[in-house]
Amino acid sequence: MNDKWKIILGLVVFLAAVTFPVWRGAIAGAGEPPELQLPEGKTKCIESKEFMIDNHMNMLDEWRNMLVREDIHEYTSKEYGDTYEISLNKTCLNCHKKTEFCDKCHAYADVEPYCWDCHYDPKGD
Amino acid sequence: MKVIIGLIAVSVLFLAGYGLSGAAPYLFGVIIPYAAFALFLAGFVYRVLAWAKVPVPFRITTTCGGHKTHDWLPRSKYDNPSNAVETFIRMLLEVLCFRSLLKNTKTQPGDDNKPVYATEIFLWLGAIVFHYSMLVVLLRHIRLFVQPTPAFVTMIERADGFFQVGVPVFYLTSFGLIAGLVYLLARRLFNPQVRYISLLNDYFPLFLLLGIGISGFWLRYISKADVIAIKELATGLVTFTPSAAILSSISPLFFGHLFLVCVLLMYFPFSKLMHIAGVFLSPTRNMANNNRAVRHINPWNYPVKLHTYEEYEEEFGELMKAVGLPVEKE
Amino acid sequence: MAKFDEMEYYKQAELLNIDYDQVPDSDWMDTPVDFRPGTFIYPGKPARLEYLDLPNAREWSVLEEDWKLQDNWKQIVLEGMAERLTKYRSFKLFMDVCVRCGACADKCHFYIGSADPKNMPVLRAELLRSIYRKEFTMVGKVLGKIAGARELTIDVIKEWFYYFFQCTECRRCSVFCPYGIDTAEITMMGRELLGLLGLYVNWIIEPCANCFRTGNHLGIQPHALKDIFEDLCDDIKTATGIEIDPPFNKKGADILFVTPSGDFFAEPGIFTCMGYLILFHELGLNYTWSTYASEGGNFGLFTSHEMIKRLNAKMYMEAERLGVKWILGGECGHMWRVINQYMDTMNGPADFLEVPKSPITGTVFENAKSTKMVHIMEFVSDLIKHKKLKLDPSRNDHINVTFHDSCNPARGMGIIEEPRYVLKNICNNFYEMPENTIREQTFCCGGGAGLGTDENMEMRLRGGLPRGAAVRYVQEQFNVNQLACMCAIDRATLVTVCNYWAPGVEVTGISELLANAMVLKGENDRKLNLRLEEIPGK
Repeated sequence: MNDKWKIILGLVVFLAAVTFPVWRGAIAGAGEPPELQLPEGKTKCIESKEFMIDNHMNMLDEWRNMLVREDIHEYTSKEYGDTYEISLNKTCLNCHKKTEFCDKCHAYADVEPYCWDCHYDPKGD
Repeated sequence: MKVIIGLIAVSVLFLAGYGLSGAAPYLFGVIIPYAAFALFLAGFVYRVLAWAKVPVPFRITTTCGGHKTHDWLPRSKYDNPSNAVETFIRMLLEVLCFRSLLKNTKTQPGDDNKPVYATEIFLWLGAIVFHYSMLVVLLRHIRLFVQPTPAFVTMIERADGFFQVGVPVFYLTSFGLIAGLVYLLARRLFNPQVRYISLLNDYFPLFLLLGIGISGFWLRYISKADVIAIKELATGLVTFTPSAAILSSISPLFFGHLFLVCVLLMYFPFSKLMHIAGVFLSPTRNMANNNRAVRHINPWNYPVKLHTYEEYEEEFGELMKAVGLPVEKE
Repeated sequence: MAKFDEMEYYKQAELLNIDYDQVPDSDWMDTPVDFRPGTFIYPGKPARLEYLDLPNAREWSVLEEDWKLQDNWKQIVLEGMAERLTKYRSFKLFMDVCVRCGACADKCHFYIGSADPKNMPVLRAELLRSIYRKEFTMVGKVLGKIAGARELTIDVIKEWFYYFFQCTECRRCSVFCPYGIDTAEITMMGRELLGLLGLYVNWIIEPCANCFRTGNHLGIQPHALKDIFEDLCDDIKTATGIEIDPPFNKKGADILFVTPSGDFFAEPGIFTCMGYLILFHELGLNYTWSTYASEGGNFGLFTSHEMIKRLNAKMYMEAERLGVKWILGGECGHMWRVINQYMDTMNGPADFLEVPKSPITGTVFENAKSTKMVHIMEFVSDLIKHKKLKLDPSRNDHINVTFHDSCNPARGMGIIEEPRYVLKNICNNFYEMPENTIREQTFCCGGGAGLGTDENMEMRLRGGLPRGAAVRYVQEQFNVNQLACMCAIDRATLVTVCNYWAPGVEVTGISELLANAMVLKGENDRKLNLRLEEIPGK
């Protein structure tokens, strides 16, 4: 019984599957990394830029718990010492624009935060 | 001893990726990943073709149920397939459901120390949890390699993070992968029989996968890395336009993770991990038990020395005639 | 005082003193083989090897230090391995893909009965795999022992000899392996390699030589065979009042009947043979026995693929010479693995035969249309289904019967339902053993694959423990007093296993029970069964 063609077919399918990102990239390109619109006239965020990139989701999670469960309304920056009102809409989105900032990275990294299940975008349509 | 060596080897490899990537980011971020993937592909193809090259002289199906004879008798189509379709389904069940492993039993001493057999499902469960978690984790990683992320990957992510626990959302398979591996490792360490048969070749890949799983877990849930930069690196790699500039903004932990993955890719084709391909080629599983209906051809079948009837009658002819047995030469 | 080759020598309590969780302190590679009498088989005699043109024929002894191998023995083994790695995908693949998950470990009857880790199928394969790694893989060459590789030494050869003749090629482990790794394949390769060095056991190679010369394993010459059949027919006359003159080497018969020669010789096999004679006579079948192809079994299966072919070729050659239409095969285990998985490929195509068709019912055996050989139970179940046999199962009412699936028909063919169908029609009291011990999970008798000799008594009893314990269970639960099987080796070895582990249970072939239940034209009052014992209540 000559089963070589079956084995080679199987190998081709396997290779096609594991190189999916390669040939997909060859067809569709690498895609552009997001370009973020930064708030004008601001020099810093609540914490350092590096901290915010990696940990903003945990900060928001923490804020929610502080506000909803512990009735704390203010947050003091660990980095800079200044104080902010704990509010996604009034604080974060006061400077940042959801569509030009949050959504850019989230779409690129395929992340679906459930902030927007409850919150609305104050600057959106 | 084998356990310690396996553990130390993986730890050293991780530390190499973690510690040295700062000094040589291009090596760890670009050159080694390319080399590892190339070696993986070439090695994998080489190994499979090496198997394919060897003929299957006999149809040696392991039959695990009644064969096909009379229409009115019950039979087991998928444990004793009689044609290509039934064989295909048997293979599907084997590859996707680990069906043979599901049949596992445990022999225990019963009355008077005589053996009794109990169902043993945990090896199957551990294997299924690990393998399927691994598959989902791999598929989830596509989001880092392909822009825009394909819809099926997003769907998998949603399903995997269905419970919406934690920030970022906790994936079931993050747990499944590590739990499966820990079970398989614990079984190897604490089951005396399995421990006795285990080699470094068994511990090393387990520790390697655990190292990858734990460092990946750490990156996602504990000490987070810049995902945007990582995706820029990954998409650059797969389109052969890697960006050297981005490497400095990625944490060393990521390089520890990546280096272990590269080691796995390079190790894969030369290890028992090739069972992923081997299972498809297993002659006891992938052939129909229809030898008596359809002749199987052995490509190297050769003539052998026989003892013919003529030689037989030569020796016994007189004795046969004496008792009235018919002979060719009267 | 009993000797080591008698079962009385072994105390049950001692054999049962096994603890699976207790493994040796030393690594298996550093644990030497303990050649104690009762656990190995005597070497093949040089005359037998010479008759078959096998290499390195000489007198040697297992217990002596020097096994008198060729000077270049190592080269011979490695070249033999290299050759087989390019001829058998099973061998190469099974060397490569094992992950040592251990699912097979406690499936082997020899492991269950001995708790010797090297009787775990996985370690049995590692005995060979460790050499494969050392000589044929990069990783093994570089890393050596730590990667499970080891040097091929004389001690490795001795270890192979011990453990590849402690495997009955029963394939039970293969059922549970997630990759279908079949230790029978590994053992067959191991035995072929040992064969290159002239390391055969006499219990296998003597039957091979006999079969090559006289046509059957027992070495029965044609005139003696005729004598034996006359005696069997005398007993049939006494039991049933029927006179039979069996046809031998008859040209122009429709069917050639082939069965293992074990059924010509000793009890209880001969009763099965008498069953065939009665059945064919009652049906008025135009068939023949052959003295040249007087062996269904094939000890070549326990020797080498080449030997399988050499011994098996006689069936087709004789069928062609006699001009029969097709071949009917008797109750045998490994015979049917050979017929199902090797015969047509090795010695076919059998173009000179016709697709088997039952002359009684007209049923065409489509499943055997290429090999042209039908199993007696396929044939009989078809007869019963078409009500062509007059049966009085009450003649077997004093028998509580259970059925032992023989390894090869179960796992190398799948003839599982036919014997049960027949048994249920000829016996009113049929009881199954526990489900993990029957059908595809059946346990070997402990003496298959050429290990059923008395000098191997300890391993036979140990290997027979799982089967014996299951028989004992149904004996206690349902008063089972007969164990039916369709394998000549079973009929020889299970007698010992039952006497030891389940005394009081007798071993029988299905055809014996069938003939006892058959109502024959012109029969006597049938007060005696084929064993010439009075049938209770008749």
